[in-house]
Amino acid sequence: MKLIKANAADGRVIAGGQSLVAAMNFRLARPDVLIDLNGVKELDFIEETPGELVIGAMTRHAAFHKPVCDGPLGRLLSKVVPNIAHYPIRNRGTFGGSLCHADPASEWCVVAATLDATMKIGSAEGDREVPAADFFRGSFTTAVEPGEILVAIRLPKLDAGWGTGFYEYSRRKGDFALAMALTALRVEGGAISAARVGLGGVADHGKRMADLEAALVGKPATAETFAEVGKLASTLVSPYGDIHGSAEYRRDLTATVVARALAEAADEATA
Amino acid sequence: MNWVGRRLPRLEDPTLLMGLGHFVSDLKQGALAVKFVRSPVAAGVITEIERPDPAEMAGDVFTAADLSDVGNIQAVLNRPDYRRVPHPVLAKERVSFTGQPVAMVIAATEALAEDLAESVFVDIDAEDAITTFDEALAEGARAVHPEAPGNVMVEGRMRTEGVDAAFASAAAVVSFDLKSGRQSAMPLEPRGGVADYDRASGRVTLHASVQMPHMLRTGIADVLGIPESDLRVVAPEVGGGFGQKMSLFPEYIALVWAARRLKRKVAWIEDRRENFLASAHSRDQRFTISGAFDGEGRLLAIDADLLSNVGAFSCYPVSCGVEPLMAFAELPGPYVVPEYGVRSRGVTTNTCMMAPYRGVARPMLTFTMEQLMDRAAIQLGIDPVEIRRRNLIAAFPYRSPTGLVYDEGSYLEAMEAAVRIADIPAFRVRQQQAREQGRYLGIGLSVFAERTGYGTSAYAARKMEIVPGYETVDCEMDPSGRVTLRIGSSPHGQGLKTALAQLVADRIGLAPEDVRVISGDTDTTPYGWGTFASRSMVIAGGASHLAADKIATKLRSAAAQLLEVESDTIELKDGIATASGTNRSLRIGELARAMHHGSHQFGDLGGGLKEHGFYDPDGTFSNACHIAVVEVDPDTGGVRIERFIVVEDAGKLINPLIVDGQITGGVAQGIANALFEELVYDEHGTLLTTSLADYLPPTAMEIPTIEIHHMETISPESVTQAKGVGEGGAIGAPAAVISAITDALSPFGIAIDAMPATPDRIRHVLRDARGN
Repeated sequence: MKLIKANAADGRVIAGGQSLVAAMNFRLARPDVLIDLNGVKELDFIEETPGELVIGAMTRHAAFHKPVCDGPLGRLLSKVVPNIAHYPIRNRGTFGGSLCHADPASEWCVVAATLDATMKIGSAEGDREVPAADFFRGSFTTAVEPGEILVAIRLPKLDAGWGTGFYEYSRRKGDFALAMALTALRVEGGAISAARVGLGGVADHGKRMADLEAALVGKPATAETFAEVGKLASTLVSPYGDIHGSAEYRRDLTATVVARALAEAADEATA
Repeated sequence: MNWVGRRLPRLEDPTLLMGLGHFVSDLKQGALAVKFVRSPVAAGVITEIERPDPAEMAGDVFTAADLSDVGNIQAVLNRPDYRRVPHPVLAKERVSFTGQPVAMVIAATEALAEDLAESVFVDIDAEDAITTFDEALAEGARAVHPEAPGNVMVEGRMRTEGVDAAFASAAAVVSFDLKSGRQSAMPLEPRGGVADYDRASGRVTLHASVQMPHMLRTGIADVLGIPESDLRVVAPEVGGGFGQKMSLFPEYIALVWAARRLKRKVAWIEDRRENFLASAHSRDQRFTISGAFDGEGRLLAIDADLLSNVGAFSCYPVSCGVEPLMAFAELPGPYVVPEYGVRSRGVTTNTCMMAPYRGVARPMLTFTMEQLMDRAAIQLGIDPVEIRRRNLIAAFPYRSPTGLVYDEGSYLEAMEAAVRIADIPAFRVRQQQAREQGRYLGIGLSVFAERTGYGTSAYAARKMEIVPGYETVDCEMDPSGRVTLRIGSSPHGQGLKTALAQLVADRIGLAPEDVRVISGDTDTTPYGWGTFASRSMVIAGGASHLAADKIATKLRSAAAQLLEVESDTIELKDGIATASGTNRSLRIGELARAMHHGSHQFGDLGGGLKEHGFYDPDGTFSNACHIAVVEVDPDTGGVRIERFIVVEDAGKLINPLIVDGQITGGVAQGIANALFEELVYDEHGTLLTTSLADYLPPTAMEIPTIEIHHMETISPESVTQAKGVGEGGAIGAPAAVISAITDALSPFGIAIDAMPATPDRIRHVLRDARGN
């Protein structure tokens, strides 16, 4: 922490290096000093408490291939992780590094935003906690200030009654998603009693979509509802367009990924 | 033992798989690092090049002013419609595309060279970039080069007498236009060179990742004004080329110049971004076609206007005519086209130079002809297989309207075989069932002719000043009875050395392991043209076959003399020369030793055992039918290829394992053309796709298992009976994939007019057709 403080102005911490090293290769990032966290074992852990999963910032993506805890949250994380790039990248890249990089199409950022994670940020002065809603500030921008690092992420667990879904679409397997949706539903008597919906790849950062959640609660858990809420989602986003997909395409795609992730969550909730 | 026809594992592979191969970047120890300062804009006039203070500069900076004694690269076609545009080694007064080399910097390390390159500022009065056909061909458009007003660099035109009458009498006329995106051949190993100056001899040795080492030596020597004997070019292990590494690039000339100037070893290893920006591009075509059909779906005539974006310069030696003139000559493909009208233009723009890429013109012309068949079939209510049946060439030799002579092929038979394997009736049932569940499956086929193994006559017909085409080999048996085959071809991943070893082994009665093939070094191999255009097996193979036969003839004569029989009774097999019908024999090794060390016995046969082989055929046509089965997700616009069938006829297969590898790789690149890869320039001529996050070659996840079947039509046009097979996969696959997508989405009545058919483009046509 002293090193990080001393090099706050022109140093960068390096975690898995899967984004930073590429940026350095392109000479887009030119830190004078790199502080390597890979030897800091205290940051590489997963702890379970009765209500939470606490993930050390240096936990590798690949750690989540098998469920890290019982119940819907462990299942959800293991269905999200194969969507993150490719296996070699998942072996190096870290959960915390992904959140700090805050790519608009980061799967873990969508997880953190949708499930209301709390980020524990450390510095030489001590630790502070920031809720996901305040953590993501924009594309590639977070609440982590120079001289600070992300230490751990606290993810609230989902009770057994929740079903979860995740759907993303990319041009090739492993590419950055053009749109993704993460969903969690509780279904009672055929009707949706609680809902979580988050989107990625279609805004400046991963977002929880309260309007979509509100639109779901009380509705029957049917394909029609999911299509309708998908349509609604497409009207609530203003994605940017690029060579991989126009804004119009990504808006359309938002409807599709939302409907598909909702269907998956409903299947799991009612299984 | 016959080696030809066996699926022999490649002799090249152990070296490569164990990491023992030497690629250019393995050879840069002790070299100064070279980087190029590249134009940040697409077009403009250079007003100043600001160099850092020499006192503070850790290295050297050279610009065109320093290279005043160096000429320009100049590809020449002797055609009245060809515009000669000089291609400078470093940009002189003006820049013509983003990424064009403007200055060369040399420093002790790559990092220092990159730092130094960043401190060189090129001031340019920028002009509006011309990147598209519409911009280049607009009335009054600025000329990209003063030498080519109107921005057309080369134009082929012809019109047979009956075109208009055929259209007038047609029962149906089908017209449309198609686009193919711009692609990179994207070899895994980018370009690179290490030039080493030898103070003792004054010679430079250039190791470079290239496909045509002899041609590179000629090109560099001509531009630098030095004799070729002062330069040795070596292609070491080369990590793929696919055509991109055929051309003479400015960077290699600059490297040799720098080695001579500094009397040092200098190395330039290209990175991926540079490779995308400034190596060579391909495709980027727009074809407009009308086809006239009679009531039975027989093609009466086609009339086509073909545009190829050739970029800022004309690639040396084959020139910017390679795409437009091949399209001009070969558009009819495997179909009987009685009347033919065509105008084919190479259009210059402020974009990276075009060079050949696996398939050249034919992926696009096959896409065009197959779409013509599919669209006519719909319009006339004929089955898509049946309409092809009625139009495919079936009588040989066939002379096309442009004068190409097709040797015997199996166009119809290959299609029928593929159709049987695909079991189309069963597929149609499955397709219908899937549609009822909201799933969209489709099947598409493409039939094509692949002109391969053509020699000087074909290139001379293009009026190239430098006429490639023949191949030479030197085949020598040493006193131990082993053969060294030195070839002018320059294989770079194809497995040619294995195939040639099989061929030569059979001619001389040895095992492939007894035949060492040497290629790629201008000091140790005879002058030749390298490896490209599906030619090496046919032409270098033919030359090797002929040279090996001469060796075998000498061995027979010597054996006959020693065994006291007639030479035509000698059989060479499994390393032994046997007088047939007798029990007399000699090991070939003994014979070889006798011919080297006891040549006084043999009189006119002479000493040693070395023979030259030369082969220059007119060419032979391979053919194939590809069938793709796809599922299209109408909500994402995504395409999944469920099945891909190839029935290929490449004549006699020397090594079917290698042939299958060629087809598989080619099909993957064809699928890339159809669905994934596209180099995109913005309106300012800035390339947006400069990394593998933006330019998307498909991976193993996107490419299905390719089901490959073979037919073997033997042609007298090839001495080895082999036809070329290097490009076919890339030629046929795009058309089949697009045809399958169109079939899948036929309930919506859509057409796909552009490749790659990205999810965005598919959604776009669907949105237009069905409203969501």
